[in-house]
Amino acid sequence: MTPSSTTKAPAKKKKAARKPKGPKVIKVPEHTVEIVSDAGEGAQRCAQIFGRVSAKMGNGTWTVEIIPAEIQPPARTPPSASGNRIRLGTKPVTNWGDAANLVMAFNEQVLLHRHRLGALADGCTILIESMWETHEDEDIRKEWATAMEELDGHNYKFVKVPMEEQCLTLVENPRRGKNMFVLGILSYIYSRDVERARHQIAHDFRKKSKEVVDANVALLDLGYKWAEEHLDFRIEVPIEKPTKPMVVMNGNQAIAIGGIASGMELCSMYPITPATSASHYLSDIFEDYGGIVHQAEDEIAAVGVAIGASYAGKVAFTITSGPGLALKSEFLGLAVMTEMPLVVVDVQRGGPSTGLPTKVEQADLLATIFGQPGDAPHVVMAPATMEECFLCMTTARRIAEAFRTVVIVLTDANLATGVQPFPRPAVTADWIAHPLDLSPVSEGALPYDWDAKTGLSKRIIPGQPGGMYTVTGLAHDENSKVAYQPDINQRGHEMRSRKMAVLQQTLQPPKVYGPDKGDLLVVGWGSTQGAIEEAVDRARDEGLSVSSLHLRFLSPLEPGLKEIFKRFKKVLTIEIGYSDDKDAPFVTDDNRRRGQLTWLLRAHTLVDVDCWGRVPGEPLRPAAIHETIRGFMPNGDK
Amino acid sequence: MIQFGGGCSLLGAGTDDDRSWSMQDYEGALPRWCPGCGDHAVLTAVQRLCEDEQLPPEETVFVSGIGCSSRFPHYMKTYGFHGLHGRALPVATGVKLRRPDLHVFAVMGDGDCCSIGAGHWIHTTRYNPNIVAIMLDNGVYGLTKNQTSPTSPKGTKSNTAPRGALLAGMNPISTTISVTNASFVAQTGDWLPDHIYATLKKALDHKGFSFVRILQRCPAYTDNLFADAMRDPNRVELLLHPNGISVPDLEQIYKNHTYHDPADRVNAHRLAEEDGKFRLGLFYQNEDAPVYEEVRAVPLKTAEEKLEILNRELDRHAV
Repeated sequence: MTPSSTTKAPAKKKKAARKPKGPKVIKVPEHTVEIVSDAGEGAQRCAQIFGRVSAKMGNGTWTVEIIPAEIQPPARTPPSASGNRIRLGTKPVTNWGDAANLVMAFNEQVLLHRHRLGALADGCTILIESMWETHEDEDIRKEWATAMEELDGHNYKFVKVPMEEQCLTLVENPRRGKNMFVLGILSYIYSRDVERARHQIAHDFRKKSKEVVDANVALLDLGYKWAEEHLDFRIEVPIEKPTKPMVVMNGNQAIAIGGIASGMELCSMYPITPATSASHYLSDIFEDYGGIVHQAEDEIAAVGVAIGASYAGKVAFTITSGPGLALKSEFLGLAVMTEMPLVVVDVQRGGPSTGLPTKVEQADLLATIFGQPGDAPHVVMAPATMEECFLCMTTARRIAEAFRTVVIVLTDANLATGVQPFPRPAVTADWIAHPLDLSPVSEGALPYDWDAKTGLSKRIIPGQPGGMYTVTGLAHDENSKVAYQPDINQRGHEMRSRKMAVLQQTLQPPKVYGPDKGDLLVVGWGSTQGAIEEAVDRARDEGLSVSSLHLRFLSPLEPGLKEIFKRFKKVLTIEIGYSDDKDAPFVTDDNRRRGQLTWLLRAHTLVDVDCWGRVPGEPLRPAAIHETIRGFMPNGDK
Repeated sequence: MIQFGGGCSLLGAGTDDDRSWSMQDYEGALPRWCPGCGDHAVLTAVQRLCEDEQLPPEETVFVSGIGCSSRFPHYMKTYGFHGLHGRALPVATGVKLRRPDLHVFAVMGDGDCCSIGAGHWIHTTRYNPNIVAIMLDNGVYGLTKNQTSPTSPKGTKSNTAPRGALLAGMNPISTTISVTNASFVAQTGDWLPDHIYATLKKALDHKGFSFVRILQRCPAYTDNLFADAMRDPNRVELLLHPNGISVPDLEQIYKNHTYHDPADRVNAHRLAEEDGKFRLGLFYQNEDAPVYEEVRAVPLKTAEEKLEILNRELDRHAV
């Protein structure tokens, strides 16, 4: 992938505005900023505040974390790079874009890391800490010089910033202050509302002393002042005030508040990246709502406690990532077998095994659908945006209860940590359904009183007189009595499976993005929607006949897929997940390992769906998808 | 006002105050354990206890794992949860955590509790939910047909150790006593129905995680496990104390008595580790250990109240 060659040229520099001595104001419809430091220097914090302030001012915003797996890897090494990309736009932004137009780098090594990943646009403006160039340590001076040679030849525009020197005028340990100084510079460049930034600092440091808040605000102001005095440019991404009320949050926060809005009162979890921040947020606020986060001794106990609570009438959720999901499999099978409502959130990361703990992938799809030994029909759904992260929790709980089944919500590290504004959800009290239905049970009521057609039945909850029965993971009849007879086992399977058919019939066919027939249909799911649609737009602008389709329900699959697929000459899945390229050595049509969504769609529709998947440990860039679309056009390029 | 999850309002759902229950009212399906299995004695003692305590069947939950003993809930006419091998305790914790109004029992075997579910055993002891945990320890995997269990004594022959177990069996009593927040640890034997009853009664009265190990034979595979103890009263030692478990008739049969204050954790541990005798009674009790569902109790909110707080939270995120 060489996105820098396909990205747009950097914003054109206009001639200096009317005021002869003022800075040039470069007006652009969108701009992508990266802030990178050594892990522990606070670039994350700086970027989060910058992103939130930008979103709250009304810019379209999408942020992506750049995060090492360790807390503090060796400083001044490329893998230590930690920070964030923030893509700002006048219009809503749906993905992280291709390459950065402006970078704030705390040293040249972390900058190199981004450069080597092709994350910097040709002509990118780079504001960099200047102390390393003249550092007293000769090795560091050499490293700087070598890095500068490597960075040469890409039209990067360097602005050297004496971050340390400036911060030392206010604080003793600049490692703890540079990030706010940098936030000040960015606030100047992008004309951010400084009062809002101060407010956000006060909120983010609310658990620290007033001195800490004041020091950080002073550093912000210092950065702003320095930029005002030293920079000869500003960048304007015009703001179009949104017409409806909006909120700004990342996907994990949306999952957490969405869980609360759904009326669930227990999140039982075990710490795992990148799911944990949802439970941090919940731990902070859940008790105000009568809910709790239970941190269990392991992933298995976490789901066990959730199932216990659910059995007792309080539908609960658990939140995990791939390795945790693997450990929960046996309990998920039990929940399906006993028809216990349960919501499981899997915030996907790179796999297999420990894989890429902090980075995005979409490779748990088949494991979530088929990961339980035995036939265990249940629901798998995938939000595509932060807004859907919020909304899907109530949907998930409703389905789990109405269908007495397990609902797995698949998000990923990109959604989890990305910040995006979205219309404020209009939650009403009936979303927050009463957590317990203890309406009387008639004597002799059956715990699995399956409706012969739909397989649906009413759940009996402990505390209800006359309803006493024993749940079991063994094969059982309507009375929950252990039964090994062939006809009873067959019927139990039919009833559990039938519910999925009933649910599927209530789903809407997916909407095609673009014309509903043509040469190529790109199919995706989860966090890639924005990047895919942006790439489709670019391809259509070139005259290519391409549309896309994004799935929310993966099990059962949404209706009408075969009919939609037939209207296109070719169907291609795009996923952040591994699949063999067609022309790889030894790979034939006979042995090619296709993408996970491809497996599903081929089996489901009998259409010869092709695939393209990559595992870069970062979100897909629209440019890469655009290039892929060109390569996969059924009639060749154009 | 603090209300536990579930809340007292649930208790009245359709019940009459003047109901009463006999032992038969707690009898579920006909037990399918082997004749002579110690599980029968435990089941009877539990049903007797339910009657004496008049536990409303609909407010009583038996959670189990997998194994012979884990069929237990099916044989009770209460609510039951027959779940996964080794995982009775997380499920029981989940029930109790959000429904403290229910009486929760967890029934496990030795493989269930001390092997595949060992992590949950340690951690549930530390959470200390108000649950009666009954560990039916026959030193063998019976349902899967005679494999060595973590409590099988050294030298015990089985299908997985045909030349005898190479390792000494682990000690569930001293292990439990050692766990932070352990609050109730007792031992009884399947051949002593009155002692089982007295022990379970004490366990039910205790507020916290009551761990009861029941020594028992498997008539199919470990018939002689406690033969010594049953034949020779001299091999048994009763732990006695005013705060302990008392069955006066037994004190006439078993002459070895040790006066042991269950509040004395160090002595409890020493007695649990000391070889030579089968010690029955209350090893350890700490009534002051924090109880998990109480530590985690939060005031419940109505949907309207939640909505109000939720809207304030959304304001914080507003553009």
